[in-house]
Formats: sequence, structure tokens, C-alpha cells
Amino acid sequence: MYVAVKGGERAIDNAHAWLAEERRGDPAVPELTVAQIREQMRLAVNRVMAEGSLYDPDLAALAIKQSRGDLIEAVFLIRAYRTTLPRLGASQPVDTAAMAVDRRVSATFKDLPGGQVLGPTFDYTHRLLDFKLAAEGEVAAAPTQDTIPEPVPHVTGFLNRDGLIEAEPRDDTAPPDLTREPLELPAARPLRLQALARGDEGFVLSLAYSTQRGYGRTHAFVGELRIGRVAVEVDIPELGFAVEIGEVELTECETVNQFKGSKTEPPQFTRGYGLVFGQSERKSIAMSLVDRALRWKELGEDFTGAPAQDEEFVLYHCDNIQATGFLEHIKLPHYVDFQAELELVRRLRAEAAAAVQEAAE
Amino acid sequence: MAILAKAPPARLAELLPDLAAHAVLRAPETGAVMVRGRTGGTGAPFNLGEMTVTRCSVRLDCGAVGHAWVQGRDKAHATRAALADSLMQTDAAPRIRAMVLEVLAAEAKAARTARAGKAAATRVDFFTLVRGED
Repeated sequence: MYVAVKGGERAIDNAHAWLAEERRGDPAVPELTVAQIREQMRLAVNRVMAEGSLYDPDLAALAIKQSRGDLIEAVFLIRAYRTTLPRLGASQPVDTAAMAVDRRVSATFKDLPGGQVLGPTFDYTHRLLDFKLAAEGEVAAAPTQDTIPEPVPHVTGFLNRDGLIEAEPRDDTAPPDLTREPLELPAARPLRLQALARGDEGFVLSLAYSTQRGYGRTHAFVGELRIGRVAVEVDIPELGFAVEIGEVELTECETVNQFKGSKTEPPQFTRGYGLVFGQSERKSIAMSLVDRALRWKELGEDFTGAPAQDEEFVLYHCDNIQATGFLEHIKLPHYVDFQAELELVRRLRAEAAAAVQEAAE
Repeated sequence: MAILAKAPPARLAELLPDLAAHAVLRAPETGAVMVRGRTGGTGAPFNLGEMTVTRCSVRLDCGAVGHAWVQGRDKAHATRAALADSLMQTDAAPRIRAMVLEVLAAEAKAARTARAGKAAATRVDFFTLVRGED
């Protein structure tokens, strides 16, 4: 017999007080400010914005401080906060071709208009710990070079001109929004991209890696990877026209993939696409690989049973807040459930014991 | 409006320290705008994620109405941007343009150029080591 109980209020209050103390750490060490996190832990801030699906660097930095650096907990805080915001509207689709690029590289073409711009990258560093960073010191200003602004067109545009890659025709249908309607399958590509853009970086990375290892192989080249700032334009109802209201930093990856061709289409390259808030290179490459793997049906490819091709598997498991919510809830009291299991197993054991005894007699 | 929206709030406050007498038509309100991208950069729109936005509308005593939608959650920024927008519809327009808008635009351009200069310094110059025989 189980009797409902309540309690633990004092224990919970004290646990939270201790959490606050532990969060602060040794008081002899200066406290981190939100601005320090925003400026110096920027890639963590970017990840929280991308997976929290809310672009606000100050809030993401605050969430990281509050969560003691647990990024999934920080994403959780941001997701909870965003539900309190009224939706004022939707932007015009951002024009990534007009991005002010910090970084732009192509693995498919060496010489291209706009050039290969490395930007502030970890690539080509030796991955040796830099003990100089353990000491405080001034950082020398980065070199600059006078430059005349020149357009930085998309690499896939060149291939498209020759018909060597599938076209991505402009379309202005209002996209579905999984924050407004429950995710339903089969999901169109815009819905898949929304889910992947806010999906867990680790999960999307592993799925993308699985396609490279042969589970739904797509032979991807990074046609182009670009990081920079784009203007966000919104239709202002008071004015009746669109105005730039701000700027967001984005990482965009376009992959160029193999395609055998079909009865109606001659062989041509196909596309995978990744777009993520902030400087999130790994995530955007991974996203474009998974996007491409999920497109098997529309490209007339075979379903090989690979996890990355299975949209139900990918879309229902890529959200780390859903995942962690369900995973972590099992640590909370399940006394009644467990009591039922306990009684069941006792009864089965008693029955089994009785059966053995009966057989022996 | 775009210049005011994208201005650093502290800088706008420096350039426009005094708030003209005004009535608030819509008190500053923070919400979210869904930022959209396009599949493949050019195709069908999709929802990328939201960003915080604060909007505000004011009316000057002379009747001029100003609106602002600014990125972020800074209500003072939205109010000030709405006021500057309303002043642009009055005789003060040339002064606001010269003292505020043009200054902000020049600073934004300088910041953009500085960043582009750093990016340009990381542009790769390829040189041929050995050319294979055709």
C-alpha cells in the first residue's frame, strides 16, 4: 500500500541556496560578468543562441552564467524565456549572398570571386595548449588590409549557371513553424531545416559523421562555408514597408553532393544546406550533410535504413531539450510506478515458486 | 529607422541625450521576431530562429508620430529611436540628420570597414609551386 506524501520543501530551498553558492565558486576569485561571458565565451554563447533558437547574446551569456556553464541547461533557460515573448512578426528571408563575410572558404574551387577568406579560425592552429593565455596580457591588434568591398557570390551560383547543380528556385510560400504547430511527418524541407537549425550540435554532428562513414553516404564537398553578418529586415505594419531592424551573425554551409540523375534529369550535383545562428561552423556543416541525407526521397534515392535518412528518427531526437527533459525526468520520484512494478514482480515470483513446488509434488 | 535601430544604444543616448516632450502611443514592448532563411540560400523560406526585438511608438506635441523597432531588449533605445523618427518629420529633421543619423551611419560604416579590413588580411593568395605538364 502506498500513501501519498508531500515534503522536501526545506530540502529544496537549501539545495538551491547551496547551488547559488557553488555557482559563485571561491569568493576569492573575481566573479564573472555577463559581458565577459558574452565577449570571451562567444562560441558557447553562439551555441546557446542557436539551440535555444533565440538570437540575443546578452541573454545567452546570462543563461550560461546561471547554468554554471552547462550549455544544455542554458539552452533550456533560453527556450523557457522565449515562450514568454509575444511574436511581433517574421523577417524577410535573410539575404546570405549580401553577407558581410568574416570568413568564406570553398573546398571545391580555389579561385573564386571574393576569394578564400580564412577569418578568425581555429584551422591551421596546432592544437597545443597556449600557456600564455593562463597569464593575463594584452592582445596585439589583428593585421588589417585596405580593401574595396566586392561582391561575394555563392559558389553554387556558378555551378547553377551551367546547370551542373540542381536549381534552388525561389519560392515565397510561408514556411511551417514547429514552435507553433506540432511537428508532423512527413516534414517538408523547410520544417526539417528549422528542426536541424535548433537541434543539438552533438547529435547532428554524429549523424553527419555516420553518413560520411557509409550510413546513407552522400559524397559531400563543402562548396562553400561563410560566416558573417546579415541584415534582418522586417515588414513594419505601422509603416507598410520593410525596414532593417538589426543584424545577426550567421554561419552558412552549402554542400555539393553526388547525384546519379534520373529519367527526367541528366546527372547533376545536388545540394545540402546548413544555416545556424552565430559562428557555428561544425554545426552548419553537419546540418547540411544531414539535410542532404534526409532528401533521399525527393531525389529518387534508395532508403538504405541509415539513421540519417530516417526523418522520424532525426527530427524526433535532435532536440536536446525534449531529449533531456524526458531522460532526466526518470530521476524524479516514481514511487507509485515503482511500487506497482514491485508488486507485480513479487506476484510473478510467488507464482513461479508455486509452479515449481507443484511440479515437484 | 534602420540606422537608429542598428545604432549601439549607448551611442544613440550620447548623441540624443534629451528626450523631447512626447506622448507614448505604444509603450516599449519586447517581443520576438522569427528570422527566416531560404533553403540553399535562394529557395523556399524556412524559420531559422527568433531574435529579441523591442518596439515603441511616440507622438510629439506637434502631432508628429514616430515608430521604432530595434533589435534587443533595450526599452530606452526603442523610445529614443522612435523619438528621433518623429523628430525627422518636423523642422528639426536637418539637425537630427546631421547630428545623429549621419554620425551613426559614418560610425557604422567605419566599424564595417575595419572588420572587412581584418577579413581581407586573412584572404589567401595562392602561388603555384610546380605546374603539372598538360
